[in-house]
Amino acid sequence: MTRFFSITKNIHEWLFDLMPEGLARVVEMILIAVVYLLIFSVAGLYLVLLERRVAAWFQLRIGPNRVGFQGLLQTMADALKLVSKELTGTERADKFLYNLAPYFVIISSLMALSVFPFTKDFQAFDINIGLLFLIAISSIGVIGILLGGWSSNNKFALIGAMRSGVQTISYELSVGLSLLTMVLLAGSLQLSEIVEVQKGGWLIVQGHIPAFIAFMVYMIAGTAETNRAPFDLVEAESELGAGFHTEYSGMKFAYFFLAEFINMFIIAAIATTVFFGAWLSPFGITESIPILGVLWFLGKTLILVFLMMWFRWTFPRLRIDQLLTLEWKYLLPINLVNIVFMAIVVLLKITI
Amino acid sequence: MERIIFYILALIIVVFSIASVSSRKMLRSVIYLLFVLCGIAGFYFLIDYNFLAAIQLTVYAGGIIVLLIFSVMLIHHIEMELEVAKKSRQILVGLLCLFGLGVFLTTIYAHPFVVVENKLTTSTADIGHKLLSYDAGGFILPFEVISVLLLAAMIGAIVIAKKSRE
Repeated sequence: MTRFFSITKNIHEWLFDLMPEGLARVVEMILIAVVYLLIFSVAGLYLVLLERRVAAWFQLRIGPNRVGFQGLLQTMADALKLVSKELTGTERADKFLYNLAPYFVIISSLMALSVFPFTKDFQAFDINIGLLFLIAISSIGVIGILLGGWSSNNKFALIGAMRSGVQTISYELSVGLSLLTMVLLAGSLQLSEIVEVQKGGWLIVQGHIPAFIAFMVYMIAGTAETNRAPFDLVEAESELGAGFHTEYSGMKFAYFFLAEFINMFIIAAIATTVFFGAWLSPFGITESIPILGVLWFLGKTLILVFLMMWFRWTFPRLRIDQLLTLEWKYLLPINLVNIVFMAIVVLLKITI
Repeated sequence: MERIIFYILALIIVVFSIASVSSRKMLRSVIYLLFVLCGIAGFYFLIDYNFLAAIQLTVYAGGIIVLLIFSVMLIHHIEMELEVAKKSRQILVGLLCLFGLGVFLTTIYAHPFVVVENKLTTSTADIGHKLLSYDAGGFILPFEVISVLLLAAMIGAIVIAKKSRE
């Protein structure tokens, strides 16, 4: 179930020497969870900084550059500020659901992180239905948004939450179907096996035209899934205040904010794994040094993250009817035809 | 270890089922129901039937619960509370539940369960082959019947939605 580097192997043996097997296993799981939690909360903070710097670059500003070297500590300071802020709420809100909602969002996005193959041996949970698991987990996050919007007892929050629900339910279909197109080619749902298939060439190269269409549909639908501009009707500052998280403050707001950035990372990481060969280097140039796989994985993911930021600061926001038209009248039919196309390509073996 | 996880999951399911039917706030009931469904998905993970667990999460937790939340959001105000049923009805329902529980428990304890040594994890390919096989034990007929049923339901939904336009 769990595979590691050699350093972690030593810790693993040490733990099993020290304690009875059952206890050691539990302690090990908790350790892995804590490590993931630490890495990704810090990574999420740096994604926020990246977003701000990229935004500044697109708008010909400088962006945060005062705290630490080139503003590197800016988001850390922001996080500290958010921790120290008072947690407020509206009167007559449903307190139980109001407090529960942020955890739904953050837990579902952190759970999804556990299945990614960062390198050959660095994957916390290599489940045999990895891709389906990712789709399943991502469909739970929206419940947190709906709950947060409803239990705030605020009209703007409610409207934002309803929009989010409509949007996520619609675009989930496109994300699922475009990934299914690639599963046809890869022949497995297990992420490590999908990577294994790509040793001869990344899937986007192997599947040429249909794979490229699937990639484009996936990136559009994935951006919509994370509720980011140009699909940020959920927040739509000019109409709704801040949408579903209008009433949240302090750390609870930070959870929503962090989850958004981790979700962006997840969408990019799925694309990296399924289309661009995860930790495999181009033409196998660093195959002899497996530890460099992490860098390749992160590099590819960050390029895709940058692409999503580029979308955000380039396109204007869609109206709700345009949003639904785009999904149901364009993306979904294109996707369905594309699946048939891909099936024919795989059947006739005209893959590269 | 597995035994402990089993009991924790079972406890979650029992507690939240009771909370779900006894809560007076509608959306809270829905959320308790969500915890029950997640607990059932946990059972499937425990017996290594990952595919069914993921389907359980997608269809029930991701689909049905979101639909329920939607309908509650549309019709229900946050300050409304559900009525408490009359005492006589409560007692009647309680007795019926006890009867049902009794039937279940007697069947479970009367049935001789055989422990099957099954270390195989069912893969998606196996399920796919089984669904489309014509041989004995294949599921091609129910599969087709269900797809026709879904198509009929979809057409029905479109017809109902179109009607109000006239």
